[in-house]
Amino acid sequence: MSANSAFGVYIHWPFCAAKCPYCDFNSHVHHGAFDEVSFVEAYTKEIATTAARAPDRLVQSIFFGGGTPSLMNPASVEAILDAVARHWPVADNAEITLEANPTSVEAERFRGYRAAGVNRVSLGVQSLRPEPLARLGRLHSVEDAVAAVRLAQEIFPRSSFDIIYARPEQTLGEWEEELTDALALSAGHLSLYQLTIEQGTRYFDLFHAGKLKMPSEDLSADMFEMTQDLTASYGLPAYEISNHARPGQESRHNLTYWRYGEYAGIGPGAHGRLLINGARHATAAEKMPFKWWEKVMEKGDGLEVDDLLTWDEEGDEYLVMGLRLREGIDPNRYAALSRRSLAASQIDYLKDIGFIETLPNGRLRVTDKGWPVLDAVVADLAA
Amino acid sequence: MKTPQKTPLSHIRNFSIVAHIDHGKSTLADRLIQMTGALGEREMKDQILDSMDIERERGITIKAQTVRLEYTHTDGEHYVLNLIDTPGHVDFAYEVNRSLAACEGSLLVVDAAQGVEAQTLANVYHAIEVNHEIVPVLNKIDLPAAEPERVKQQIEDVIGIDASDSVEISAKSGIGVEKVLEAIVERLPAPKGDEKAPLKALLVDSWYDLYLGVVVLIRVIDGRIRKGQKIRMMQAGASYELDRVGVFTPKLVEVGELGPGEIGFFTASIKEVADTNVGDTITDDRHPTEKPLAGFRPAQPVVFCGLFPVDASDFDDLRAAMGKLRLNDASFSFEMETSAALGFGFRCGFLGLLHLEIIQERLSREFNLDLITTAPSVVYDVVLTNGETLQLHNPADLPDPVKIEEIHEPWIKATILTPDEYLGAILKLCQERRGIQTNLSYVGQRAMVEYDLPLNEVVFDFYDRLKSISKGYASFDYQIADYRAGDLVKMSILVNAEPVDALSMLVHRSQAEHRGRQMCEKLKELIPPHLFTIPVQAAIGGRVIARETVRAMRKDVTAKCYGGDATRKRKLLEKQKEGKKRMRQFGKVEIPQEAFIKALRMGDD
Repeated sequence: MSANSAFGVYIHWPFCAAKCPYCDFNSHVHHGAFDEVSFVEAYTKEIATTAARAPDRLVQSIFFGGGTPSLMNPASVEAILDAVARHWPVADNAEITLEANPTSVEAERFRGYRAAGVNRVSLGVQSLRPEPLARLGRLHSVEDAVAAVRLAQEIFPRSSFDIIYARPEQTLGEWEEELTDALALSAGHLSLYQLTIEQGTRYFDLFHAGKLKMPSEDLSADMFEMTQDLTASYGLPAYEISNHARPGQESRHNLTYWRYGEYAGIGPGAHGRLLINGARHATAAEKMPFKWWEKVMEKGDGLEVDDLLTWDEEGDEYLVMGLRLREGIDPNRYAALSRRSLAASQIDYLKDIGFIETLPNGRLRVTDKGWPVLDAVVADLAA
Repeated sequence: MKTPQKTPLSHIRNFSIVAHIDHGKSTLADRLIQMTGALGEREMKDQILDSMDIERERGITIKAQTVRLEYTHTDGEHYVLNLIDTPGHVDFAYEVNRSLAACEGSLLVVDAAQGVEAQTLANVYHAIEVNHEIVPVLNKIDLPAAEPERVKQQIEDVIGIDASDSVEISAKSGIGVEKVLEAIVERLPAPKGDEKAPLKALLVDSWYDLYLGVVVLIRVIDGRIRKGQKIRMMQAGASYELDRVGVFTPKLVEVGELGPGEIGFFTASIKEVADTNVGDTITDDRHPTEKPLAGFRPAQPVVFCGLFPVDASDFDDLRAAMGKLRLNDASFSFEMETSAALGFGFRCGFLGLLHLEIIQERLSREFNLDLITTAPSVVYDVVLTNGETLQLHNPADLPDPVKIEEIHEPWIKATILTPDEYLGAILKLCQERRGIQTNLSYVGQRAMVEYDLPLNEVVFDFYDRLKSISKGYASFDYQIADYRAGDLVKMSILVNAEPVDALSMLVHRSQAEHRGRQMCEKLKELIPPHLFTIPVQAAIGGRVIARETVRAMRKDVTAKCYGGDATRKRKLLEKQKEGKKRMRQFGKVEIPQEAFIKALRMGDD
C-alpha cells in the first residue's frame, strides 16, 4: 500500500478550560453542567455515518485533537475508539494520538487513556520558561510541564510536545537555551511553531494596538535557521516545516495530511478528505459544539461543507501540504491529481536560484534555503 | 415652435463673463437667468450652465454654454441678452477665445476681497485683444473682508482699464445684480450686421447630444439662417439641410430662424463632432458669402501621457469610453500604445494638466474604469542628425542618442500672483525648475512675478508644489511661448537590470540625478521583497546615476498547520495566485500595479 493510500481518523474535541490569547483553533470554553456521555454519542453516530459513506478503509491512525482532548473522560476516549473499530478495520500497529495539556489534573488521566488504547500523546507545553507561559495564557507551570512530559514518556510508547517560539520580545540566545532544554527533554518528537498572529485572537487585537512587539523578519529567520541546525545536531531533524523527529518517530497521522492521503474528520469543525467514487470530497463540520451535536443527532453527521474538489484544487492542496515535508512531492502524482504538469520554466528558475531541488528518486523538494520562504516558493511554483 | 420674432440689432447684446475660479461667475450667471425669468424657481438649480457633474463639483466650466435672456430695460424697451459662459482655465483658452469672438463685450468679475488673480489676467487680455468693451463687476461686496476701493485700484494698475464705474454686487444675495443688467444694455455695444447680405455665421462650438445628434452653436454675423435651409460649412466643404434652428433659454427652444447678431444653434444630419470645425464659417449653400471669417487655429495638445487599464480585459471598454469622450472634445486625442510594463493602452494628448485630470476622472467616474496613468510628458521636437525633425510624444520612443542633433522643448510664459510672504519660496521653486524671471512687480500687498519656464518642469509637480508652498494663496497661469533647445536626456529605470519602459522619462541633465534618486527610493518602498535581492537603478545611457536595493525576503512561511484543514492553506495559495495576477512581470520581478500608480503619481515628492 503506497504512502498516500493511508487512512486516518481525526477526532476534534472542541472544549478548553480557557481560551489562549494566540489560538484561533475551533475551541470553546463551556460553562456549567455538560453531559459528556450524550456528547460522545454524537461522535459515535458521526463515525457510523462517515464509515457508511467511506467503508472498507484500513485505519492506520487516529488523532484526538482540539480544543483539549485531555479534558475528556478516558471512558469517552474508549467509547470513540470502540466506535471507530466497529465501523472500520483498524491496523494492529495503528498510531493513536491524543493531544494533552500538561497540567497535573490532566496527567492523572494518562493511564486511563493508555488503557483505552492511546499509544502516543502530544503535549501542549508551549514554553519551558515561566514568564512566557503566563503570557501565552497557559494554565500550567514549567514544573507541571516537565513532570507531564516525563510521565507521558513513561506511560506511552511514543510522545511529543509543542513549543511556540519567535514570541514577543524573545531573543535568539534565549530561544537557543530553551530549545536546548526542550531537546534534552524530548523522547524523539518535537513540534516547534513560530508564533503567528491570527485574526480573531486577543493577540491580534494587542498586536494591532501596538502592544505586542513581535520579532522582526530577520530575527525570526535567524531563529528558524538556528532551530534547524540545533535540532539536526541533536538527531531530531525537521521532517516537516515545524515538526522534528528522530527517524521513525514521525507522526504517521500528520504525515497522512501532508502526503495528501485520505482522512475522515469527526467532531465540531473537523476537516476531512475522502475519496468517494473516485472524487475527492473536502468536508468540514459545523463549528459550534452544540449546533454540531444537534445536527448529528438529527441527520447522522454534522457536515457544513462537502465539496467536490476540482483538479486544480487537488493539485494546489497537494503542493501546499506536500512541500512542507522534507521528502517533498512526487511531480507525477501532482500531474495525476491536477491533470497538468508543474511549469518547467518555474521549476528551472527556482532551481537556478537554489530554492528547490530534485532528489535522485525524482521527488521535488524545497531546499534549506527555500524552507524559510516556503509560502513564496509554493506560490511561484503554482503560478 | 415660437413664431420668428425679429429683434433689431440695437436691442441685442452679446457678452461673456471673465473671472477667476470661485470669484462668482456661475453664481452671477444663475442670478441673471433668474432675474430675467428665463427659468421658473422650480427649474433653478445651482450653476445651471455647468451641466457636467465635474463642472459643478469643481466649480469650473469646461464647455462653453450659452443662454438667451429676455430683458426689459428701465427705458421700457425689450432687449435680448446672449450670455456665453466661458471656461476659466488656461487649458481651455481656445474655448475662451472662440466664445469671446462671438460677443462684443465682457463682464470682468473680480472678488472684492481677493482681487485680481493670474487667471483673470490671462482671460481679460484675451477679451481686450478681441476689442471687447469691458464692464468690471466687483462681486462679494457684502463680505466683511471686501475692499472694493483697493481692488478697483488693482484693476486699474494691473489690467490698465478704468474701474471707477465698476458695478458692485453680491451675486449670492442678489445685491446690485439689476445694475449689471442695466450696464450690459447701456455700456456694451450692440452687434453690427447686415440682414440683407448672404448668410455668414461663426461656428462657435458643437457637441453631441444623445437625442439630437450633433448640435452646432453659432453666432450669426450677416443674413438669416432658418430651418430647412441648405447651408455650407466653408472650411469643411460640407453641405447640410437644417433640421432645427433655435436658442437656449437655457432650455432648448426652437425658433425657426435667427438673424444678425443673434446666438443660437442648429441641428442637421451631422454624424460626428469631428465633422464640424470650430471657427468655420457657415453660409448659404446657393448664395454663399464671398469672404469667410478668419477662423481659429485648432487647439494643439501639449501634454501627453499613457492611460492603461488596470485590468487588461477592460481595454475595449477603455477604447469605447475614450471614443465617447472624444465625440464632445475634439482637443483630446489618443492612439494605441503597448507597454511591456502595462500592457495595451493609449497614448493620449491633452490641452494641459487640468484637461488630463478631467478626462481621467471622467473615464473612471462615468465609465467606471480603473486606470494607470503614466508620468505626463510634453511634446518634444527632436532634431535628427539627418536634418529631419521628429515630434516625440513618448519618451520611450526617443531615437538612439547618436542620431540626435538637438532636442527642443516647449517653454511657457507663466504669471504668478502671490501674497508677498510666499514670494521667496516661489522664486526658489521657479529657479529650481530652470525658470528665467522676466518681470517682478507689486500690486498693493501682492507680488506679480513672470517667468519663462520649461513646460516639462511644470507638468511634473509644479502646480502642487506651488499650492503647498503658498498655502493655496498663489495663483498661476501660463501660455505656451516657444520651443527652445535644451540639454535633455532620457532617464531609464532598470529593475533587476531590466528597463521598465513605463517609467522612462526625458529630463534635463541638471535634474536627472535628483529625479532618478527620487524614483529609485520610491520604487524601493513599492516593490515587495522577492526571493532574491533586486537592484533598482536609474540610468542615462549606460551610466547608472542612482541605485537602491530591494532586500530579499527572508521569512515567509505558515508555521502552524491546523490539522487536516488543507482548505485554509489552499485558499491562502489561491489568494497569493490572485495577487500575482495584479502584478506586472519584469523578467523574474513582479511589480504590483499599485507601485506604478504610486511611482508615477504627479506631485508626490
